[in-house]
Amino acid sequence: MQTKRMTFPGRFLPYALLAPQVIVTLIFFIWPAGQALYQSLLREDAFGLRTTFVGLENFARLFRDGAYLNSLSVTVVFAVGTTLLSMSVALLLASTVNRMIRSRSTYTTLLVWPYAIAPAIAGVLWWFIFNPSIGIVPYILDMVGYQWNHRNSGADAMMLVIFAAAWKQISYNFLFFLAGLQSIPQSLIEASAIDGASPMKRFWTIVFPLLTPTTFFLMVVNVVYAMFDTFGIIHATTQGGPAQATNTLVYKVYADGFVGLNLGSSAAQSVILMAIVVALTVVQFRFIERRVNY
Amino acid sequence: MVENRPWANFFAHLTLMIGVAVVVFPVYVALVASTQAPGDLLRGTLPMLPGAHGIENFTRMWQSGVSNAGAPPAGMMLWNSFVMAMAITIGKLSISLLSAFAIVYFRFRFRMFFFWLIFITLMLPVEVRIIPTFQVVADLNMLNSFAGLSIPLIASATATFLFRQFFMTIPEEMLEAARVDGAGPLKFFKDILMPLSVTNIAALFVIMFIYGWNQYLWPLLITTDPDYYTIVMGIQRMTSEENPQWHLIMAAVVMAALPPVLVILFMQRLFVKGLTETEK
Repeated sequence: MQTKRMTFPGRFLPYALLAPQVIVTLIFFIWPAGQALYQSLLREDAFGLRTTFVGLENFARLFRDGAYLNSLSVTVVFAVGTTLLSMSVALLLASTVNRMIRSRSTYTTLLVWPYAIAPAIAGVLWWFIFNPSIGIVPYILDMVGYQWNHRNSGADAMMLVIFAAAWKQISYNFLFFLAGLQSIPQSLIEASAIDGASPMKRFWTIVFPLLTPTTFFLMVVNVVYAMFDTFGIIHATTQGGPAQATNTLVYKVYADGFVGLNLGSSAAQSVILMAIVVALTVVQFRFIERRVNY
Repeated sequence: MVENRPWANFFAHLTLMIGVAVVVFPVYVALVASTQAPGDLLRGTLPMLPGAHGIENFTRMWQSGVSNAGAPPAGMMLWNSFVMAMAITIGKLSISLLSAFAIVYFRFRFRMFFFWLIFITLMLPVEVRIIPTFQVVADLNMLNSFAGLSIPLIASATATFLFRQFFMTIPEEMLEAARVDGAGPLKFFKDILMPLSVTNIAALFVIMFIYGWNQYLWPLLITTDPDYYTIVMGIQRMTSEENPQWHLIMAAVVMAALPPVLVILFMQRLFVKGLTETEK
């Protein structure tokens, strides 16, 4: 790793400067992560009196457990749904805004602010709109003959949390797509227009392929967001229900640990999640390295 | 635009207006709901136009809150949120400025080791390791305190990483000139690095403030004393009771959303800079 050619001499000063960050990292990050690893190898009996070392038994149990496998597939559906919905809406809006000249900044301002809304608040807002007894959307759906009820129907509940999660993420995707679109040279588009390509054809054969780096980057970021930053949405609305239909992996770590008090299993789930985050981060970094050469 | 097609422009504006309407709709509904009288929300469907009880609902929420839900007045929760967000923001910025300075401008033993130690915290959100982190904070007797709310969350490497990248772009001549003039490391940091980093600090400030304000799971777990409730988690306490008082809850939702939204609207340029640079 590079430094400056010329540096300051100092025996104690650099350590003193690093100390606050390192101390906080050690106490609130490395120590808990180590605890999670250690606890994932233990099991407490029902009364919390005795702890036995069980090796990888907690992990083996998880992968035999129907509820955990269900949570895995729920997370996949939720992450894919949220990513697809919010990225496609954002791409549509960004490519439309990119046509505008005078009104571009007005539309941008009107579209970016949901980034500021907390996931839990986004959940409460959509929960309210879709409330089966007083919400506006079930009222409209009822007129076309659909009985919306996210309290009983797992599919409805899943759609609700996907809407809330995707809505909050549109502004983020929009900003990155807009930046990607603006870096595409105008001359390419003009040249193809002279050759007679229609706007649709120009988009799919020139603009969209040139956006691939942005799209890949956003896909990773959105999957990470849907998997790890949406705890508030789930907790403030469905709480994992009905019948485990929206019990994502992150929510299950919390529910099994704090509500179910099954520390060994919860710690094992934490360890699996940490492995997933590390894997996704590696993917993201390798990809960013490649994008520099693009 | 390449060619002039009036109908295409018309459809473009139409698409955008529908998009904006969809994005604004949930918040509009919240605003409308927060201006209704208590009974209006129990009568079937929600009215689509604002009612006349807005001031009354907001004052009630601000001063007394929904008392039977055990939630304190919104004014107090907003203050708690503000203190927590500011503590997280200032804490993150100061520890990462110092450590980035050490990593870039000094050569010392274990430099790489410390860099990686900090760097791995970039990856793991607190939700993933929530139970052991809670146990550590409980062991340190930091439950129900502002220190417990903020200090564990300032252990994140994003800002350090960003300041490191930025310091690397500062010309070598700056340091050479400063050393020729006899400036020590701390003077160089205070009089040259800090002034050069002002825009970066401001951009990160916006992002970190929103991050801190929107914390949910952490305050939910470590505060059992209503004196430390923050507004975002306080709202959840109100919605989970038997008969939620939606007109008051929605007033609280509007108050919780307003500060970060205002920050984005008034500092849009810094916000975009902070967002695009932290993620790259």
